[in-house]
Amino acid sequence: MNETIAALVATVRDACAERSGTGAVTACADGGWNAGLWAALEQIGITTVAVPEEQGGSGGDITAAVAVLEVLGEYSAGVPLAETALLAGWLIATCGAAVPSGPMTAAIAGPGLRTRREDGGLSVRGTIARVPWARHAHRLTVLDNDQVIVLERGGFTLTRGTNLAGEPRDDLHVDAVVPASQVHGLPAGSPVSVQAFRSRAALARAGLMAGAARRALELSVAYAGEREQFGRPIGRFQAVQQHLAAMAGEVLLAKVAVESAALAFAPRGDADLAVAAAKVVAGETAGVVASLAHQIHGAIGFTEEHALRHSTTRLWAWRDESGNEDAWSEILGRRAVSAGTGGLWPLLTRTR
Amino acid sequence: MDLWSLEPVALPAELEALRTNVRAFLAGELAAGRIASRCDQWLGGWDPGFSRRLGERGWIGMAFPERYGGSAAGALARFVLTEELLAAGAPVAAHWIADRQTGPGLLRFGTEEQKQAFLPRIARGECFFAAAMSEPDTGSDLASVRARGTRADGGWRLSGTKVWTSGAHRAHAMIVLARTEPRTADRHAGLTQFIVELPDPAVRIRPILLLTGEHHFNEVVLDDVFVPDARVLGEPGSGWHQVTGELAMERSGPERILSTFPLLAAAMDDLAERGDQAGAARVGTLVARLWALRQASLAVAGRLDAGAAPAVEAAAIKDLGTRFESVVTDTVRLLSRVVPDPGSDRRLPRLLAESILHGPGFTLRGGTNEILRGVVAKELGVR
Ligand SMILES: Cc1cc2nc3c(=O)[nH]c(=O)nc-3n(C[C@H](O)[C@H](O)[C@H](O)COP(=O)(O)OP(=O)(O)OC[C@H]3O[C@@H](n4cnc5c(N)ncnc54)[C@H](O)[C@@H]3O)c2cc1C
Repeated sequence: MNETIAALVATVRDACAERSGTGAVTACADGGWNAGLWAALEQIGITTVAVPEEQGGSGGDITAAVAVLEVLGEYSAGVPLAETALLAGWLIATCGAAVPSGPMTAAIAGPGLRTRREDGGLSVRGTIARVPWARHAHRLTVLDNDQVIVLERGGFTLTRGTNLAGEPRDDLHVDAVVPASQVHGLPAGSPVSVQAFRSRAALARAGLMAGAARRALELSVAYAGEREQFGRPIGRFQAVQQHLAAMAGEVLLAKVAVESAALAFAPRGDADLAVAAAKVVAGETAGVVASLAHQIHGAIGFTEEHALRHSTTRLWAWRDESGNEDAWSEILGRRAVSAGTGGLWPLLTRTR
Repeated sequence: MDLWSLEPVALPAELEALRTNVRAFLAGELAAGRIASRCDQWLGGWDPGFSRRLGERGWIGMAFPERYGGSAAGALARFVLTEELLAAGAPVAAHWIADRQTGPGLLRFGTEEQKQAFLPRIARGECFFAAAMSEPDTGSDLASVRARGTRADGGWRLSGTKVWTSGAHRAHAMIVLARTEPRTADRHAGLTQFIVELPDPAVRIRPILLLTGEHHFNEVVLDDVFVPDARVLGEPGSGWHQVTGELAMERSGPERILSTFPLLAAAMDDLAERGDQAGAARVGTLVARLWALRQASLAVAGRLDAGAAPAVEAAAIKDLGTRFESVVTDTVRLLSRVVPDPGSDRRLPRLLAESILHGPGFTLRGGTNEILRGVVAKELGVR
């Protein structure tokens, strides 16, 4: 990690330690968000990390964004940083427009959304399912073929929903005429595509998972040192030690995978391949780590009283968002099979 | 925890030229029928001719300084070379131990005379080593070795029995770990490493066949073998420190991930021919994990290149990597529905048979997975 990113991560970690402790996380369960932490992150100036400064962003690249997301995942931080920076900010900035301040979210226009040119703007009608953090976002950006539509908060209504961890995943109902000034055309040859959007969203989730898995491991290590049975801490039993070591290996692998995937966004990298692999591995890690963490915590971890659930419910939620292990595996598998016996190794080594 | 400082490295672009050269060389060797692609060739593929051809190109001892016949290319260059050899299933067993552990061990602990005597020959692919650590009652608990070294005129006399000594019957020398001081409360004290040149009339080497019937392992009986002082490796009494350092550094190389790669690759054309769509997701899961394991293994090479000693990270990755190697075997077995056949002249049944029969060794050699997890648990502070 270069020194700038290391310093940034340390600052974010401090902010999280102060504002995203167990109490704060518990307080924003069930659809809330952590407005205090968001304000602190705005102060630090990283809410649009990886968006160029000329466009009003925080600067930095995807490796910086992933490093920050790992910390946010570790602290179960209830803030839409991935959506604001890696998706909405990226879409708007790529169109050459100025990135506004405030929390944002983003979606792909699916078959449920119809758009039509009208006098004075674009008529947008229909529904978009399960948009992260929508109820707290000031703006929603929608990628619709070769244009990016920016909807203000008043431009849609929503039906509330959450994921397994209680994070907002709302269905949006849009019926608005968006002024032309809020509809941005994508420049010719721009890197934005539905595939690129999905990759970024998946990498963000993978980064968050790497952090949450690390927290679940750390809680388990601490618990194994405190909880006594048969007259000694359970961490003295070799079976428990083996569980913890197996978890640590998985967490290490997920961390290296997401950080490697971020590096693959460099020129000549194969970000599609790398992100697919990282999302699969992070999803597998999530499953193994959550299950072993609960095994080690015994019954107490299975309750609302214990903080472990903040990490494990997120791990279970995030592994199914932005494409689960099988969805990305299928994409990778098709590439591998069509590369053939002679092409598999070159495919694996082409990201660097 | 230090574990989390492991970071991915981007391979420097200049190593792409090396990769291209190695690929072209291997393609030529395969096309000419000089070598064949097989699984687990860093254990079973003993081919001195191939080792010499690698040596001619400067591809053994790449991390040795130039004055000892190396190219001082560093750990990352060596990583690129070795992963290309393993992915191709090339026969690298003859020089493997010498290149991977004896060479670096001599560089760190050897005398100038020892370095001159062995390193250039290793780098030319003309001197192969065996590692004689394990004994009948000593596997995971290496500190319990019973082979004894006793002082003699101008040197030492070694007695004892070693087992599982890979390649001792064909190696030019072996490094023997022996107890040279009576056991004290500190079990790790009083062990010494010796360089025993082979053949030696006082060293009896008896084959112990693998369950494939291959001769790879040996029982090595040391019957009062004389070793001159000039062939003691490092300080007498510091053998434990030397051996564990050696093991730790070499645990996470690409060989811990790629033993069954030739099988995985071979399955691709088979799946394509049979148009197996359902198999894609399962193959993709393997590809994802392999990609990540390779990044992690490369990250360790990056730390080594920077002069660090990421022993715990290496242990964690070896645990994951060696378990993965057999997951490859099982997945291909189930997807391909091929019956494994060691004698088949068709690629897939033969590679599958090799992978299954060699499989048990993956999670044993170089320290069992249970022992490796113990190393990680210690780092986590619970042991
Ligand atoms: C292919 C191959 C090549 C090899 N080449 C060499 C070589 O060249 N030179 C050499 O010296 N050796 C070599 N070995 C030996 C290898 O290093 C040992 O097999 C290994 O260290 C395990 O020792 P063991 O076989 O005696 O098993 P044991 O140590 O007897 O272990 C048996 C089982 O008990 C478990 N166990 C033991 N102690 C513990 C513990 N404290 N906690 C939890 N579980 C434990 C082990 O994990 C294992 O599952 C090779 C082995 C293989 C398979």
